[in-house]
Amino acid sequence: MANTMQFDLVSPERRLASLEVSAVQIPGADGDLTAMPGHAPVITNLRPGILKVEAPSGNTDYVVTGGFAEMGEGLSVLAERALPLDELSQDAFDEILEEAKSMYKRVEEEFQNQPGPVDDAAKLLSDMVAMGEQIGLNANK
Amino acid sequence: MPNLKDLKNRIESVKNTRKITKAMQMVAAAKLRRAQDAAEASRPYSERFNSVLASLAASAGNSESAPLLLRGTGKQDVHLLVVMTAERGLCGGFNSSIAKLARNYAAKLKDSGKQIKIITVGKKGRDAIKRDLGQYFVEHVDLSEFKSIKYTNAQSIAKALLARFDDNEYDVATIFYSKFVNVVTQIPTTQQIIPATFDDQSSTSDTTIYDYEPDEETILADLLPRGVATQIFSALLENGASEQGARMSAMDNATRNAGDMIDKLTIEFNRSRQAVITNELIEIISGAEAL
Repeated sequence: MANTMQFDLVSPERRLASLEVSAVQIPGADGDLTAMPGHAPVITNLRPGILKVEAPSGNTDYVVTGGFAEMGEGLSVLAERALPLDELSQDAFDEILEEAKSMYKRVEEEFQNQPGPVDDAAKLLSDMVAMGEQIGLNANK
Repeated sequence: MPNLKDLKNRIESVKNTRKITKAMQMVAAAKLRRAQDAAEASRPYSERFNSVLASLAASAGNSESAPLLLRGTGKQDVHLLVVMTAERGLCGGFNSSIAKLARNYAAKLKDSGKQIKIITVGKKGRDAIKRDLGQYFVEHVDLSEFKSIKYTNAQSIAKALLARFDDNEYDVATIFYSKFVNVVTQIPTTQQIIPATFDDQSSTSDTTIYDYEPDEETILADLLPRGVATQIFSALLENGASEQGARMSAMDNATRNAGDMIDKLTIEFNRSRQAVITNELIEIISGAEAL
């Protein structure tokens, strides 16, 4: 069995990574999962979180805000927005957090008494905050 | 015969025009390169996305509970046309060819008794179809403040589209944009985005059976709205590259025409200068003979 696989991380605006990796930890919508070579084909949604890439050439972490991952021959992660962890400054984090907050507020007004969309937005927001805490950025609530 | 002074002014002014068109051509060339790079960079994402979406749709899309975005509302009564053009003119037939396509499409729909609504993206297209189709406008998206198109622009357009779809304002949405082939060729294109359509080949060639987490329908319901944004984003980028390409070749033609005009005017100028000299000589000689 091969011990590496092809991994691609693409966002709509650019291709962030394309390399051979040995394992990738994916922040799936229903919980984290780790994809290794030979994994069964899976398609999963992403929640905002940290994508950990382990490659023979070194480990890299990326921040993703949503999208999906497709595990087939290799692994492709299609993220709505993605950047390397060390490029995520407090400002950039504040910006995406602000976006999630305003969306939560809007959804709350729009769908009063409908728990579905409001819960989704609340989950998105709390995922964002959790992600910030995990990487040591202040979510200043 | 126009007098010498006028001709000289004329030549000067055409020369200035040529300088401007030359500069615009070079600016367009630089912007074209950037637009092309952006379009290229987005391609892996949209291709991947569409192939996954297509295989999902093939496996989950036939059930009764499939999202409305995929199987449509079951009606075809109200059509929403999203006409995407440039914010600026002076780019040859770019804007007018998209406008023409939209106009023909709208006319065909009207003849078959459908209702139409129009969202315009870009000022120039709005102006071009206002006279014929102005009463159908429901919204206008202004992108003139943005120097380069970002994914968030596409997302906000998609959000507006989806909100209207959720309110049952229309049944079918089609986007109009120009596909970039090369600098001299851009093809005005129509593409139906709601209900979603896929290339047949990608859905049949992909035979891997995936596990889905959460289940297929949840993923599908999550991905379809993103798919709309992705398609709009790539259309916007194609449009951006086409606009710059069209402007570049239009300005190249204008520069060349100005050159031709200068040559012609210079010949005319020299001819009339000679005529003036000849006239003066004749006057002097005949004056001398008369003495």
